[in-house]
Amino acid sequence: MSVLVFIDQHDGEIKKSSFEAASYAAKIAEQTGTQAEGILIGKCNNDPATLGKYGLKKVYVAGDDKYSAFDDGVYTGIIAETVAQSGADTIVFSNNFNGKAIAPRLSVKLKAGLVTGAVALPDTSNRFVVRKSVFSGKAFANVSVKTATKVITLNGNAYGVNEGEGTAEVVNITPATAEGRVKVKEVNVLKGEVPLSEAEIVVSGGRGLKGPENWNLVTDLAAALGAATACSRPVSDSGWRPHHEHVGQTGLAIAPNLYIAIGISGAIQHLAGVNRSKVIVVINKDPEAPFFKAADYGIVGDAFEVVPRITEAVKKLKG
Amino acid sequence: MKILVCISKTPDTTAKIAFTDNNTKFSEEGVQHIINPYDEWYALVRAVELKEKDTSTVIHLINVGDASNDAIIRKALAIGGDEAIRVNTAAGDDYYVAAQIADIAKEGGYDLVLTGKETIDYNGASVGGMIAEFLEMPFISFATKFDLDGTTATITREIEGGAEVNEVALPVVVSCQQGMAEQRIPNMRGIMGARTKPLKVVDPKDIESLTEVQSFDLPAPKQGVKLFEPGQEEDLVKALRDEAKVI
Ligand SMILES: Cc1cc2nc3c(=O)[nH]c(=O)nc-3n(C[C@H](O)[C@H](O)[C@H](O)COP(=O)(O)OP(=O)(O)OC[C@H]3O[C@@H](n4cnc5c(N)ncnc54)[C@H](O)[C@@H]3O)c2cc1C
Ligand SMILES: Nc1ncnc2c1ncn2[C@@H]1O[C@H](COP(=O)(O)O)[C@@H](O)[C@H]1O
Repeated sequence: MSVLVFIDQHDGEIKKSSFEAASYAAKIAEQTGTQAEGILIGKCNNDPATLGKYGLKKVYVAGDDKYSAFDDGVYTGIIAETVAQSGADTIVFSNNFNGKAIAPRLSVKLKAGLVTGAVALPDTSNRFVVRKSVFSGKAFANVSVKTATKVITLNGNAYGVNEGEGTAEVVNITPATAEGRVKVKEVNVLKGEVPLSEAEIVVSGGRGLKGPENWNLVTDLAAALGAATACSRPVSDSGWRPHHEHVGQTGLAIAPNLYIAIGISGAIQHLAGVNRSKVIVVINKDPEAPFFKAADYGIVGDAFEVVPRITEAVKKLKG
Repeated sequence: MKILVCISKTPDTTAKIAFTDNNTKFSEEGVQHIINPYDEWYALVRAVELKEKDTSTVIHLINVGDASNDAIIRKALAIGGDEAIRVNTAAGDDYYVAAQIADIAKEGGYDLVLTGKETIDYNGASVGGMIAEFLEMPFISFATKFDLDGTTATITREIEGGAEVNEVALPVVVSCQQGMAEQRIPNMRGIMGARTKPLKVVDPKDIESLTEVQSFDLPAPKQGVKLFEPGQEEDLVKALRDEAKVI
């Protein structure tokens, strides 16, 4: 028995969310008296042995460049082979785009119960119960997995990264899994920007900013904080900002450490995408704006005056 | 071309979230139900657009659920689709639902199976990928764009901080999200027409759920907001640094 974690990478760099998933897997292994191992697929620039720092004892590497392009069918096949080789009974993914694409396939392939969006360690004291976020962050469900093999996807920022000492043994594997049917033609990722889903700080703007010409209020503050930017749905629907910045019920659900909402009313559908943020700051000129009920800090005032002063204060205090 | 669109029923986005029966059941009291937004706005409408382009296209809708789902199935038929199939059962977990759908899809010989990216109640985001694995088909998740040239689909999927363009030969399972299509309001003609479209009710296959919800609970309420006056921006930033420790 062991706990196997999928190490997700982009363009040869291991994603930060994988360090968290590895830490989580290591803790489950400790809880159940087994060891945590990783599976890394495709060409990677990082040394897999360093994953030992997050508690992994072993990392299986299918490093052939032909696996570098993502294909959920192929990745599922390789992971299933690794599960057989390692005898893993719990398989952990990040609840990110790739994780959510592979985990359901793997669940069917292994006939293993799946819980997506876990927010805590499984309770293994009595059966195997995973706590997950439901109703778009408005509630939690405690889900028991009835099968011997379990698949879990972990919500970003729900557990945290445990970094210590250690080196993982690296085992190179040559999977039997055939090539896939999906051809990746293009990968377009904004270089140098923090992806919204991985950002620790997010500055977000709503219709209160009046138009795209005023977005420097948001981007200046984000630049000062090293933050990613987001927006409400009407903002992206009006074409003021690109669609991938839209957060909420129908957009991306995020859980940064700090979410700063500027000129956003806080409609329930917007909150659904951001209510798992650790700390929420609201800037709105209307003291009755519903967002204040979900906020930790706030300023009732005109964003056009308040936000530039926050940006100045950040620059000053960060030196 | 034959398209299967998976339609699920969810509480309205503004529904009050509460639980009954010792926190084991979602409280349906006063709750309005809607078609899961991703299924309606993106999966279904994109299928309808494809049919508008190629009128020989056949669209089937499928739902796994009991008779209380018929209202949203009729609404979906009013937006588009030629007929609907309902697998008559109180739905189990995502594995159970996907297995039921895959079973029907196998018979139907569909070129394209569309789902929403996730249901807004249980947030599984799993049924699409599970169907694909049952059917041994390729799966493109979180698609924002879908174009067809003969039997080759070009599909854009969202990834962290960007997008990936994939090319794949049909048949394929695609989970849909914002970008795929523009929301449509059903018109009178659609609503009238939907009444006479076939809604087939079939018995479920004997399949076991692999997971089970033990209980629900609500997050602890917020402590209350700490307000600063305009002009006290520096104090706010200090609080974020020294008290909340998030910057
Ligand atoms: C099914 C469904 C799904 C939806 N999904 C989403 C979703 O995913 N994400 C989403 O965001 N929305 C979603 N919505 C829309 C949502 O209901 C709201 O309409 C939307 O969030 C409002 O956006 P907003 O706060 O930017 O605009 P508004 O509601 O117009 O609010 C603007 C705010 O700015 C404030 N303001 C104005 N001027 C200033 C100023 N000078 N300084 C400071 N504050 C100012 C106002 O007081 C107001 O509170 C959905 C709706 C439905 C029905
Ligand atoms: N009971 C159901 N009947 C039909 N389709 C469903 C059902 N449940 C989920 N789906 C489809 O699968 C998608 C993802 O659902 P889920 O994996 O449950 O989040 C939904 O957007 C629907 O398209």
